[in-house]
Amino acid sequence: MKQSRSSSFLINATVIGLVLIWTIPTVGLFITSFRPESAVATSAWWTVLGDLGSLTFANYEEVLFGGDGLANAFLNTLAVSIPAVVIPILIAAFAAYAFAWMKFPGKRILFITVVALLVVPLQISLIPVLQAYVAIDLNGTFLAVWLAHAGFGLALATYLLYNYISQLPREIMESASLDGASHFQTFTRLVLPLSTPALASFAIFQFLWTWNDLLVAQTFLGTDPEVAVLTSRLIGLIGSRGTEWHLLTAGAFVSMVLPVVVFLALQRYFVRGLLAGSVKG
Amino acid sequence: MALSTSDFLTSEPRGPIAAFGTFLARALVSLAVPVIAFIVLYAGFVFLRDADAPRILVVLVAIVWGVGGTALLYYVANWTVERFPATWRHRILPFVFVGPAIAILAFYLLIPTVLSFIYSFKDATSADWIGLENYIYAFTNPDMVTAIRNNVLWLVVGTTLATGFGLAIAVLADRSRLDRAAKTLIFLPMAISFVGAGIIWQFVYSFQPAVAPQIGLLNSFLGALGIGPISWLTTEPINTFLLIVILIWAQTGFAMVILGAALKGVPDELLEAGRIDGATEWQLFRRIIVPAIWPTIITVATTVAILTLKIFDIVFAMTQGNFGTEVIASLQFKQMFVYFDYGRGSALAIILLVAVTPVIWYNLRSFRSREI
Repeated sequence: MKQSRSSSFLINATVIGLVLIWTIPTVGLFITSFRPESAVATSAWWTVLGDLGSLTFANYEEVLFGGDGLANAFLNTLAVSIPAVVIPILIAAFAAYAFAWMKFPGKRILFITVVALLVVPLQISLIPVLQAYVAIDLNGTFLAVWLAHAGFGLALATYLLYNYISQLPREIMESASLDGASHFQTFTRLVLPLSTPALASFAIFQFLWTWNDLLVAQTFLGTDPEVAVLTSRLIGLIGSRGTEWHLLTAGAFVSMVLPVVVFLALQRYFVRGLLAGSVKG
Repeated sequence: MALSTSDFLTSEPRGPIAAFGTFLARALVSLAVPVIAFIVLYAGFVFLRDADAPRILVVLVAIVWGVGGTALLYYVANWTVERFPATWRHRILPFVFVGPAIAILAFYLLIPTVLSFIYSFKDATSADWIGLENYIYAFTNPDMVTAIRNNVLWLVVGTTLATGFGLAIAVLADRSRLDRAAKTLIFLPMAISFVGAGIIWQFVYSFQPAVAPQIGLLNSFLGALGIGPISWLTTEPINTFLLIVILIWAQTGFAMVILGAALKGVPDELLEAGRIDGATEWQLFRRIIVPAIWPTIITVATTVAILTLKIFDIVFAMTQGNFGTEVIASLQFKQMFVYFDYGRGSALAIILLVAVTPVIWYNLRSFRSREI
């Protein structure tokens, strides 16, 4: 596309301006997290340019290993989100395979139910599931949160994976069956490897969702520092240390590091997933 | 795969005693394997619940147990069903594959929806029926009226601006050499939790009394112009708009990426033809580009709309719903976990469901038309 030089300059300037607006708040937070407590409270973060020598890792040390122990929360968040990604994907993939390539009574109505459940906001489940958890003494365990995340992500995962798995070529399935492969073998050795792009797309989506989630973890895991996840602990920090910006900013960055790295590394899959409709109901 | 054992167990027996022996062995093994699997999994659960081990070890065990356990359950279920006679195997196997998904969806979504509907007509402890009282409360209580008004603001302002900015940036970045880097930086907030985003923006909106130096971006900026300082988050109604800004900041990247992909699908010939006819860039945008990607614009807008209707984390992290910033989901959370009024909490959840349903229904229809 041919454009005059002035209009191209204008467009570039606008784009740079927008990018600055979008990134400056995060940059401010990042810089603040390395400033000493006294400086944070008395001067704005951009004054740091005159005083680069004062930057320190002390805030991170304190927030990770001090009384707030966010290192522990970081581990908990890992323990929540990795199984909370893998479990629903596995369950959804099995179901999607059955919906696509197996014959059984009630198939149509069950699939329609799955699609209909895409609608339900998870808020509606909190009270009944919590009551059931309390009754069987499951609340506050990792298993409780994994299964809840699985439940809330499963309709979408099944729907997306069905769209992909049902499009695999019929000949492959038939030749596997002629070679004497059972459904289980066809699924584990053929369908799962062939579906890697779809699995990866949903995995990164579900990972960001479970890592960043507050509501599900807050409800089913609770705020006990021993088990609580990063988002819960950060909310606690806002409440108890709302004015201690040097700790809040460092804590916020601890919670952002992993999702941002995963996001940057796997952006391609994430975009592909978004385009395939990975949008949670 | 347990091919050799399965050959052994399903091979033809040689006599009545051998046949009985085979049957017995088959039955025993079929029972033992699931039982052992269950014991292993339960031991893992008990370890995780009671262990006093270092946190890192507990976390590692949890991950292996959770991921491995799920795979093991499927493997064992399939293994067991493969012991059955062929007719039964064909009947049961599909339900081994699809059953767990259906069971989990039933437990976590289907049954809770029905239960919440029932609870919404009962009192705080679900003891007595109280008819429509919870719904009457929901539409007359002043907090709730504020929440509904705010949710409408979130819906209209948040959806329009996130989609609009997304479209504008997609069009601009498409014509700029800074395409990739710019898009990544604007997309990045999608990876950040609303709680993290809340802290980032708390810092932008931070307010100190006039005598103290301002450390928040907004008050410093206005201070340099001789305005303020203003206590942004406690001032109605601007605080709700400032919270909506956070959503726009986080969601514009999503709109930009989806709409950017749709833009690539607009045929160049169409644009060239328009240019030859003397259309300005703005006219091309209005008359050709927007109509061509309209279905995608609707999809993006409905997705953001759903998010705004259910918005919770931002409000919870920024103001806890104080200073007139309450929304339906934050009120619902309070009814459930602060006042323990399950009736009102459930009624609010049902209202959320009803509010979201038409939007998602519309969205699903457009998914379907896109797939054809």
